[in-house]
Amino acid sequence: MYEFDWSSIRPGLPFLWKGMKVTLYITLVAMAAGIALGTVLAILRMAKNRALAWLSAAYVNTFRSIPLVMVILWFFLLLPAVIERIFSISRQEDTRLTTALVTFSLFQAAYYAEIIRAGIQSVKSGQMGAALALGMTNGQAMRLVVLPQAFRNMAPLLLTQTIILFQDSSLVYVASLADFFGVAGIIGTRDGRQVELYLFAGAVYFVACFILSSLVKRWQNRLKGHA
Amino acid sequence: MHNWRWEVFLEPAQGGSGATYLDWVLVGLRMTAAVSLCSWVIALLWGSLMGIFRTYPSKLLYGLSTAYVEVFRNIPLLVQLFLWYFVAPEVAPLGLGAWFKQLHPNLQLFVASMLCLGFFTGARITEQVRAGIESLSRGQKAAGLAMGFTLPQTYRHVLLPMAFRIIIPPLSSECVNLVKNSAVASTIGLMELAYQGRQLVDYTAQSYESFIAVTALYVALNLLILLFMRWVEKKARVPGFMGGGGR
Amino acid sequence: MRTRLLAALLACWAALPVAGAAELTGTLKKIKDSGVISLGHRESSVPFSYYDDKQQVVGYSRDLQQKVVEAVKKELNLPNLQVKYTPVTSQNRIPLIQNGTVDLECGSTTNNLERQKQVDFTTTLFVVGTRLLTKKDSGVKDFADLKGKNVVTTAGTTSERLIRAMNDEKKMGMNIISAKDHGESFLTLESGRAVAFMMDDALLAGERAKARKQDEWVILGTAQSKEAYGCMLPKGDAAFKKLADGAIAAALKTEGEAIFKKWFQSPIPPKGVNLGLPLSDDMKELYKSPNDKAFQ
Repeated sequence: MYEFDWSSIRPGLPFLWKGMKVTLYITLVAMAAGIALGTVLAILRMAKNRALAWLSAAYVNTFRSIPLVMVILWFFLLLPAVIERIFSISRQEDTRLTTALVTFSLFQAAYYAEIIRAGIQSVKSGQMGAALALGMTNGQAMRLVVLPQAFRNMAPLLLTQTIILFQDSSLVYVASLADFFGVAGIIGTRDGRQVELYLFAGAVYFVACFILSSLVKRWQNRLKGHA
Repeated sequence: MHNWRWEVFLEPAQGGSGATYLDWVLVGLRMTAAVSLCSWVIALLWGSLMGIFRTYPSKLLYGLSTAYVEVFRNIPLLVQLFLWYFVAPEVAPLGLGAWFKQLHPNLQLFVASMLCLGFFTGARITEQVRAGIESLSRGQKAAGLAMGFTLPQTYRHVLLPMAFRIIIPPLSSECVNLVKNSAVASTIGLMELAYQGRQLVDYTAQSYESFIAVTALYVALNLLILLFMRWVEKKARVPGFMGGGGR
Repeated sequence: MRTRLLAALLACWAALPVAGAAELTGTLKKIKDSGVISLGHRESSVPFSYYDDKQQVVGYSRDLQQKVVEAVKKELNLPNLQVKYTPVTSQNRIPLIQNGTVDLECGSTTNNLERQKQVDFTTTLFVVGTRLLTKKDSGVKDFADLKGKNVVTTAGTTSERLIRAMNDEKKMGMNIISAKDHGESFLTLESGRAVAFMMDDALLAGERAKARKQDEWVILGTAQSKEAYGCMLPKGDAAFKKLADGAIAAALKTEGEAIFKKWFQSPIPPKGVNLGLPLSDDMKELYKSPNDKAFQ
């Protein structure tokens, strides 16, 4: 039988926390940027302008049909050079974190966009008509009437997607960026305690995601109660 | 400018044996298809069983299936894969781990990836099946029971046939997700499509050509699944239910 | 190539290079201008370059890398030189040197002619032989005993190429497992998935130290190749190479054996294990007359 040896975890906690901060950073930035871009994509998708609608659909469908692992590999191949130029930072900077942030923001935007589109459609027709009748422009009606309601309805879904994003961010592993899981791997490899560290990482992810998703579920039920 | 060399796929691969780099990609494609198909079977069977348990009037079965769903949905796929491949053989009872570790290395990778993807996808299918059953009106179940069916018979002949037809669209998107998720298996070294793509980059340095080829194959696989599932959907449509005409 | 294309396309964003200080060129000029030196290190290459529990980079190669940093400080008269650490893997270490992200990588990188086409190497830090780690009672005494068995090695290393070639040439019917890193290779060995782990002997000693029962494992077999570890630096930067070579050679001559003792014959962080690796003849020779020659 396997003899567990958990002695690597306690001294490794500060390092693991550093990795967790990278994970959280990627999650939060990609959530904010992803929802912003996702909203734009969702509105464009419903635009009267055919070309814009098509572009938005192409963007969303492309990202949704490629495995995240391949997307990460693609972006780590292409992005570093572009980032250096845009932000004119020197070669010495480690651009891996920035690359990861951009990758996850763009990738998640495609998933958020679909949720937001459904949310908008769920409030759109009657409300839009009423707002327009009140003399609002299309943009005003969208901004002041439709979007606030849509976001309220779909907030739980957006959060659920964010929990998925939190889990998916572990895939920066393929670009050897030291997020929470990456650090667990580094410590496990260094001390020959991979089994313990992988179990520990799994437990931490489970507890965090379980609590979050339970909260989301409760919120969702409350929203349903109101409606 | 990038030096495009598509002919690289026809060149003989390093390491002798006369295979070309195109053969490498095709080996990867076959592996992706094989592991996805096997996991799909596991996911469908196990997910259906657990989905039934989720709606079954038994505290024990309900608790069991709920715990399963929560555990497998709240741990990242990558972590689950490492747990299946590195940890499970160490802690498995009855000498199962020792037996597993004596298998051919490639078979170990395949089995671990298959079980991981199967049970991960199974948790999602569980929820689809549950939703499908719950979406049927209570009358259906009552009618089944009133006709003298036992509860398992009611599930078998009344509830499940309807529920499955309803959930074909979400199932097909789960199937597409499964193929995409299988790329994660490259991290433990399963020689599937994404793995072979990275190998190709290592050996030929033609990153763009290999990534484009691999990406295109994933997209093609996805399309194939969607077309197939649409055909299944058409065949299985219940007249007078869900508007018949579809979208 | 691609990078250069993008660089040209996006040139409008590029900052103009700062007008240079006299005489200095290449890496040294870059360091002088920015006041920063960027060091590449490994994350778990025990005991050459790895993290201790305070997330500090430590190790044999790291100590020698520090000698170069001191020399750079002195040469450029930069007492406040900032040091930036970039973790590298065996897959990305060469590209990171080539594109200038890392100025100097010291870990466990073999200096060979193939790599010399892409980067330069400093004075050799360490000489290893590629051998086997196995359980004492495994019955394996040398490479010939591996016929038909599962053998693990780390992907992308010289050992991987050597053992695959041996398998083909001598029709040994081994199942060769290529693990992602040394730690994973050792886990494969320790958990019984493979009977032997082929790798550089010093790294094998580092891995053995992680075992629950160190004395159950032995390093044995005829060395299949000799490998010279060096620090990597950008290709064709003679001034920087000369400075680094000099600093490392001086350190090896005066305190080489002491540094060896510190990392290979004394308890090392984080767990205080002792690798117990004897000083080889090759290493004695290296400390006597440091050089930057590759073995293959």
